[in-house]
Amino acid sequence: MRVTVKLFARLRDIAGSPELARDVAPGATIGSVWRELAREFPELARYERSISSAVNTDYARMDHVLSDGDEVAFLPPVSGG
Amino acid sequence: MPRILIPTPLRPYTDKQDAVDVAGATVGELLADLTRKHSGLKTHLYNDQGKLRSFVNVYVNDEDIRYLQKEQTPVKSEDTVSIIPSVAGGVETAAPAPPAPPRGSALTNDEYKRYSRHLIMPEVGLDGQLKLKAAKVLCIGAGGLGSPVAMYLAAAGVGTLGIVDFDTVDFSNLQRQILHGTPDVGRPKLASAKDRLNALNPNVNIETYETALTSENALKLFEPYDVIVDGTDNFPTRYLVNDACVLLGKPNAYGSIFRFEGQASVFAMKEGPCYRCLYPEPPPPGLVPSCAEGGVLGVLPGLVGVIQATEAIKLILGTGEPLIGRFLIVDALRMKFRELRLRKDPACPVCGTHPTVTKLIDYEQFCGIRPAAPEPVAVNAATEITSTELKQRLDRGDKLIVVDVREPHEYQINRIPGSLLIPLGDVPKRYNELDPDLEIVTQCKSGVRSAKAADFLRSVGFKKVLNLKGGILDWVDKVDPSQPKY
Repeated sequence: MRVTVKLFARLRDIAGSPELARDVAPGATIGSVWRELAREFPELARYERSISSAVNTDYARMDHVLSDGDEVAFLPPVSGG
Repeated sequence: MPRILIPTPLRPYTDKQDAVDVAGATVGELLADLTRKHSGLKTHLYNDQGKLRSFVNVYVNDEDIRYLQKEQTPVKSEDTVSIIPSVAGGVETAAPAPPAPPRGSALTNDEYKRYSRHLIMPEVGLDGQLKLKAAKVLCIGAGGLGSPVAMYLAAAGVGTLGIVDFDTVDFSNLQRQILHGTPDVGRPKLASAKDRLNALNPNVNIETYETALTSENALKLFEPYDVIVDGTDNFPTRYLVNDACVLLGKPNAYGSIFRFEGQASVFAMKEGPCYRCLYPEPPPPGLVPSCAEGGVLGVLPGLVGVIQATEAIKLILGTGEPLIGRFLIVDALRMKFRELRLRKDPACPVCGTHPTVTKLIDYEQFCGIRPAAPEPVAVNAATEITSTELKQRLDRGDKLIVVDVREPHEYQINRIPGSLLIPLGDVPKRYNELDPDLEIVTQCKSGVRSAKAADFLRSVGFKKVLNLKGGILDWVDKVDPSQPKY
């Protein structure tokens, strides 16, 4: 199945794109999509514990199981003021 | 027939019944039937425009109808509908909005003129303007976000505006911090802010607190205020503001910015999530660049700060739909506004059902900023070099190579003559361009990125690597003041 990955702030810079499409196996979770991305873009790995994630505009945890066509968003915290 | 559960504060209007059987196919129809049967409920559930009041939460089974189809949410006969007012005790104001203006308080003739565009709108009107006049808002920070927040709240007639800041105005602030002008450079930000806000609206009482916000002073500072606006620039203070707001039950009109992106929400309302529900763990130090390190579009804090000010005013007026449980992401580069739905995390250590954080903690330590034990000075001495030492060694003709790990657009602004540009992200790919027998000095803007580069080079076997302490900024200060700083 296919999911769309949306990346924000620094994560977008690292991956060089705000949006990626990825084929994933049935049963894939937000966490497994993230780890796959982190293998592709190793610099992402250190953000794992700090990011929040969402599926189809709802905040969701890393163990959330994805469905075909889902949009997964990864957001690092930002602190500027 | 579906039944509606009635909370204690509303039972006086349902002949003391805790549940009422009602007819209808949607939540809206059920509520209409309920208020037909018990007409005394009507003013408690609906406002003058016939809209469900914002602090009345309705659940179908365990789901908030705001996340379903609101009043159009279909209801089957076996469903249970609950009305959950956000304020216990049946108080009719929207959560912690300020109390009704004291009797006898009124607007002066000047104020009638000044606020005339508010007074003619039903959502504000005289009552609303008096609520604004009676309200107290505390702004954390008088910088990028704090500037538009304080200016618009002062202009709108918020009676008391507190500002916490301890910084002085720097030239690099002026690109976005519109509270301050060129003649203010070098002045305390609070002095400059006070002058600007007094000129904007002399009716507003400006309270300034020239101090860093700490776990020791936060609760006392927040106490007299109705709404807290978080415009700070670092993670420890953000977690501190969040926790203090949750502990005191005060709304946090949150905003944060990075380059072209902003975030905004209203946290710490009783029925909504807090910042920790979204980000339970702070990022390790250095992972997320600050505005000083990463840059920020000057207009962006204007966009985001005005959203924060709007939310503060709505909370005070008790009108509209606040950004509670909604996380707004602003992408100024593509001009897209996205919204994420957030829920209160029952396991949240501060606002969850069994909180473990019940008083303010050490937030620097929480964010990993203060190491448990200071690093021995001797180690630093062996891994760092100062600008003046570097200059002496270069002049002496020592064989060493300066590796500038900044980005190309920074290198265009200033540089150490003869330095080699390898941006930090490229160091792992390009370190083999360096002669491992030569001594290497890594350098960036202020010494943070170059310390990482130095660690990396040592880890791949370079024996003599020194980090330039204070970066190019210190070099310009001590060695070459003819070059610009940024």
